[in-house]
Amino acid sequence: MPSNTRPDQQHYVAPLEETPLVAIDKVKAEGKPSNLWRDAWNDVRRRPMFWISAALILLVVIVALFPGWFTQTPPNNDCQLSNSNGGPVDGHPLGFTKQGCDIYSRIIHGTSTSLSVGLIVTFLVAVLGVVFGAFAGFYGGWIDSVLSRIGDIFFSIPYILAAVVVMSVLSAYRNVWVISLAIGLFAWPATARVLRAEILRVKNADFVMSATAVGVSRFRILLRHVLPNSLAPVIVITTISLASAIVAEATLSFLGVGLPSSTMSWGNDISAAQFDLRTAPQTLILPSIALSVTVLAFIMMGEVVRDALDPKARARR
Amino acid sequence: MSVELNGTDVDTTTSTGEAERPLLQIKDLKVAFRTQTGDVTAVDGVDITLYRGQSLAIVGESGSGKSTTAHAIINLLPGSGRITGGQILLDGEDLAKASKKDMESIRGRKIGFVPQDPMSNLNPVWSIGFQVEEAIRANGIASGRKEVKQRAIEVLKQAGLQDADRRLKQFPHQFSGGMRQRVLIGMGLAADPQLLIADEPTSALDVTVQRVILDHLESLTRELGTTLLFITHDLGLAAERAEQLVVMYKGKVVESGPSREILQNPQHPYTQRLVAAAPSLASRRIQATGSIHAAEQAIAADAATAAGDELDLIATAEARAAALEAAASAPPAIVVENLTKVFKIRGSGDFKAVDDVSFQIAKGTTTALVGESGSGKSTVAKMLLKLEDSTSGRILVGGQDLASLTGPELFKLRSRMQPVFQDPYGSLNPLRNIGNTIGEPLFTHKVGDRRSRRERVYELLDQVALPRTLIGRYPNELSGGQRQRIAIARALALKPEIVVLDEAVSALDVLVQAQILRLLADLQSELGLTYLFITHDLAVVRVIADNVCVMQKGRIVEAATTDEVFDNPKEQYTQDLLAAIPGANIELGA
Amino acid sequence: MAGYIVRRLLQAIPVLLGTTFLIYFMVFAMPGDPIVGLFGDKTPPPQVLERIRAQYNLDQPFIVQYFIFLGGIFTGNLGTSFSGQPVSEILAATFPVTLRLAVLAVFFEMVAGITVGLVAGLRKGGIFDASALVVSLILISLPIFVIAFVAQFVFGIQLGWFRTTVGTGAPIQDLILPALVLATISFAQISRLTRASVIDTDGQDFVRTAASKGLSRSRIVPVHILRNSLIPVVTYLAVDFGVLMVGATVTEGIFNVPGVGRTLYQAIIRGEGPTVVSFVTVMVLIYLIINLLVDLLYAVLDPRIRYAK
Repeated sequence: MPSNTRPDQQHYVAPLEETPLVAIDKVKAEGKPSNLWRDAWNDVRRRPMFWISAALILLVVIVALFPGWFTQTPPNNDCQLSNSNGGPVDGHPLGFTKQGCDIYSRIIHGTSTSLSVGLIVTFLVAVLGVVFGAFAGFYGGWIDSVLSRIGDIFFSIPYILAAVVVMSVLSAYRNVWVISLAIGLFAWPATARVLRAEILRVKNADFVMSATAVGVSRFRILLRHVLPNSLAPVIVITTISLASAIVAEATLSFLGVGLPSSTMSWGNDISAAQFDLRTAPQTLILPSIALSVTVLAFIMMGEVVRDALDPKARARR
Repeated sequence: MSVELNGTDVDTTTSTGEAERPLLQIKDLKVAFRTQTGDVTAVDGVDITLYRGQSLAIVGESGSGKSTTAHAIINLLPGSGRITGGQILLDGEDLAKASKKDMESIRGRKIGFVPQDPMSNLNPVWSIGFQVEEAIRANGIASGRKEVKQRAIEVLKQAGLQDADRRLKQFPHQFSGGMRQRVLIGMGLAADPQLLIADEPTSALDVTVQRVILDHLESLTRELGTTLLFITHDLGLAAERAEQLVVMYKGKVVESGPSREILQNPQHPYTQRLVAAAPSLASRRIQATGSIHAAEQAIAADAATAAGDELDLIATAEARAAALEAAASAPPAIVVENLTKVFKIRGSGDFKAVDDVSFQIAKGTTTALVGESGSGKSTVAKMLLKLEDSTSGRILVGGQDLASLTGPELFKLRSRMQPVFQDPYGSLNPLRNIGNTIGEPLFTHKVGDRRSRRERVYELLDQVALPRTLIGRYPNELSGGQRQRIAIARALALKPEIVVLDEAVSALDVLVQAQILRLLADLQSELGLTYLFITHDLAVVRVIADNVCVMQKGRIVEAATTDEVFDNPKEQYTQDLLAAIPGANIELGA
Repeated sequence: MAGYIVRRLLQAIPVLLGTTFLIYFMVFAMPGDPIVGLFGDKTPPPQVLERIRAQYNLDQPFIVQYFIFLGGIFTGNLGTSFSGQPVSEILAATFPVTLRLAVLAVFFEMVAGITVGLVAGLRKGGIFDASALVVSLILISLPIFVIAFVAQFVFGIQLGWFRTTVGTGAPIQDLILPALVLATISFAQISRLTRASVIDTDGQDFVRTAASKGLSRSRIVPVHILRNSLIPVVTYLAVDFGVLMVGATVTEGIFNVPGVGRTLYQAIIRGEGPTVVSFVTVMVLIYLIINLLVDLLYAVLDPRIRYAK
């Protein structure tokens, strides 16, 4: 081939000082060792949204555990009909319900109900979801077929509708445990699906094959290698399911198939106040705000955690 | 170069006597990416001059800034990237200062672009025809439904899709990788641009397909008189396909000029390193001189010595060949007889992934299993490692039949045979620290106590030349090459006799690859290891293996010593594979 | 495509059997007399009890009862309500109203959700994106009945823009407010999902390739970014209908929309267990059918599924 090189394209060599050679593949590990969890923590603590939601959650937990620190007024047995739907007075900063009970005190005392239901449901969802999702995804074959179909069936009944049926049948046994069970029993398939998909992805990783080739037992591989690497989305979804469970309890109580009226519950109070919307909107709005802010705290936490644990979500910021 | 140059196609205005203006002139180009910790410069003062009808290749490792330079030319830098200085003159017009609208009319019409990965560069939800026609319409080449369609068929036929009219309605997932790349080349050339930028256009394809596509691209650009800017990591490929070469390192040009001159007489130490470490060049060199020994001697006085022994693949091959003499008559460590694997696929019956495969590997030697994707080579490895059960046939490891082994015996056997896999990012559990990862085999097989296991981990880190301080750290802080070293250390923990290397160096940059190949060779002679080396890259085989089995569609089509296979390939397929190693028609400096 | 449809239909059969069985099991495997339990603290007239006992064939073994119940579903015999009206008749009268409400709500949430998500995604990190995040997080946190009451109070009572309850015949203008309320829950989810999907798609190689062909941004955004981003949004539609059903129950109850949801709402409030069971069963069946339809829509949008073997 004839040379096509132009005069300004002659052999050029950069002076070595300009681009000094660096040792090939030099180890650059300095400072504290980092891994996924530490990186996530470093990310999370820089975000105001994390601190806002953490503070709110802490507040909710403290109020739920120690309502006495916040109010001395009993929520139930100090009610006087003469105060019905009354506005704020000294000692009763938020006014009164239709029954003449102190709204502030009822909100404070209702906190533990919401939080308990949220925690019990989340625990149930996490346990059922992880067991079903992990076994289905990891062992595959007929185990997967059976477990996934069971999940499909539970998934096909919207969990609040299912809980409506359960609570209707068990009208004589309505309490925090039963309602949590009713919600949790139908809310887990989403978690199981997410975990199963994640495990299917992780179990084909080369490090799993390396462990198998070393002779590590199947179950230990699941516990040591596969599950820890699949948990991130489960953590996100359970944080959010805590919020959903609180909403579900309030919705059921609002529909009258939740907790009995003797139990302090924001949903019950909202339900009781609905017919006075024109005359005394605050009786409905105030417990609604308590409910929504609590839910918001967990939703925000879920968002922050997702951003920290899911590299794709992090890239979307 | 072998392709004939048709003078009429090339616009040579030099004859008029006036100073010819380059088609593309990049002057002091700087590109930076914004990150949380400030700007990171990816391209730092690059100069490139390219005249009409020329072809130029930018060569470099990942992170050298070669792709960023290409993307800067068409102003399609990803994410936060932006041009921070310099000029990109296309026919005198500065693209670095062009408006959005101007760029839109330049892309496609004046500059065509062929991207790297054919799998991700076509929109999966639109038909091939739609995507080609869209390009034609956007560049105003044709209007009217019929005309556009006609032109689309023309463009695709030109790109080598003979049945284009029939396949216009099909979707990308119905095309093979090579066919998709043809579509992308067709789209890049649809508007007959003056300049075509091809960014690693074939590195995601099988080697034999690569060659066909590159040949086609070359003849097509010559025919159309298109100026070609080619981005690649393979020095051999670059030299073979382009007249001009630009070697980039850490965002800068370290050496540029006519390809052959650079290849025969690399001046910058970095280029010298690249030349020494490129498997394609090393294998060609060994081939050219007739023996490894001669190749080593021929090059000893020259460039490679400056690069250092550990990167010089020919020195690696030489060192290995010397150690081999002793192992020549050793008993077989692995015997594979009539091995077959059938996968049942729902809906479409059985698929024979491995079909009646037999081979033996003598103790202390290396056998390479070479084949393209889907040849069944990795399935053989998995069956050997008992990660997958065979459908029929026998595997003997040290005389023991794998199939007959039960729980505890199999467990014991696993300690004698260990794998290293391809993907450096998937081969280590990101949540376990290096110490636990390397120590896991020891823990699993209850070797020693905590303290002695820790000592052994230190020893292994020394063996793979990594600092002991890594023991408490996590894989995300390590590079791909370092991760592969950790994977090798883990594989060696139980002092196995056999190591199965499944594409263990394929994902690494050439220099790192050369280092790891040297490490593997040294470990073999030191520990008397037997390697089964699985790869798609025949060039690497020349350097590392004693015997070669070439696999195609589940069968071994040719098996012989490495020298025999390279000197005297019997099967057409082996010949095709050999021909696909770049650099066949370059005269190398000796 | 045909294979895909057949496979989906076959997969739906065990789920259909499973869900109906599960509902039936929940009702009749509970301790005590299920019929009395279903009425809670109410004592229904003996003839009502009798009728319901007959409907559920409680004298038969459990599994036989279930198959009679299942047979009833397929022949349109869904039992009778508390007042003695056949459930199928009530359904025929109320379903069109609910359908209208749901279509309106889906329309609102899709248009608003996709628009907001698209703009936020294309201008990632901007003011619009940040505000959209805040608004959607707040909306996700508000239970549907709170939204319904606030909307009723503000737009119905305070501003008087809409009637607080729906009139007879459920005219469209009366359905707008309830539909907007119903749309808020999923609007937030859809906008978040669209945003994520748009950002992911925008980073895809084929978008860059489209630009390298010389296409203008105004063509790339709808044809290559939005079109591809819709696939996960459609997948979400299936889940969305579950949310919508619960939402419709509450919304129709609060706004007094004469639909399926209100009937269920009133049955729940009044503690009419058997009616609740019948209607929940119907809703689950509708949900299954919609899921199937969404799967088909998914195949229409994604050629990789359409042309898979």
